[in-house]
Amino acid sequence: MFSTAAVLVLIAVLIVLYRAVKGPRIYDRVLAVNVMGTKTVVLLALIGFIYNRPHFLDIALVYALINFIATIAILKYKETGSLQ
Amino acid sequence: MDVRTVITGIFLSIGCFFVLVAAVGVVRFPDFYSRMHPAGKADTLGQTMILIGLVIYEGFSFVSIKLLLIILFIFIANPTATHAVAKAAYLAGVKPWQKGDKTR
Repeated sequence: MFSTAAVLVLIAVLIVLYRAVKGPRIYDRVLAVNVMGTKTVVLLALIGFIYNRPHFLDIALVYALINFIATIAILKYKETGSLQ
Repeated sequence: MDVRTVITGIFLSIGCFFVLVAAVGVVRFPDFYSRMHPAGKADTLGQTMILIGLVIYEGFSFVSIKLLLIILFIFIANPTATHAVAKAAYLAGVKPWQKGDKTR
């Protein structure tokens, strides 16, 4: 059951990857990468349940934080040209 | 079969459906602002459904509290990031798509 859900989430990540590669502007790419990052959080939680290792949830939590910060940082760099 | 497992399966199926539909929407919608719609809302709902299924499977323990924290953070962070992308694109002068335009 968890493996099926993980495979379906991976298929969704592959579909979104098309938009990240093709996207005409940088904003489409940032949006697609953000979606892929949040799907990675779900995938990490599912992998933790598949292999019966609850420590993966800590990694998922930290990855959610890093993903949000990375999106905001990329947008700020694009907008102002620096990260100061 | 356990009742809890059945409820978990139902939640996981609903979540996977929403996640897949959101992915197709991100690829298929015609312009940037309409692409933001599945990325901000349908995606958050699908991921929350999957994680709620995991919470129900786990029962009440330390693991489920961590999962609830992840759900709370996704609910706050995902729409905020989408809003930030939309604001940056609007300030950069991206025009919305109108009927009759070419798909971008």
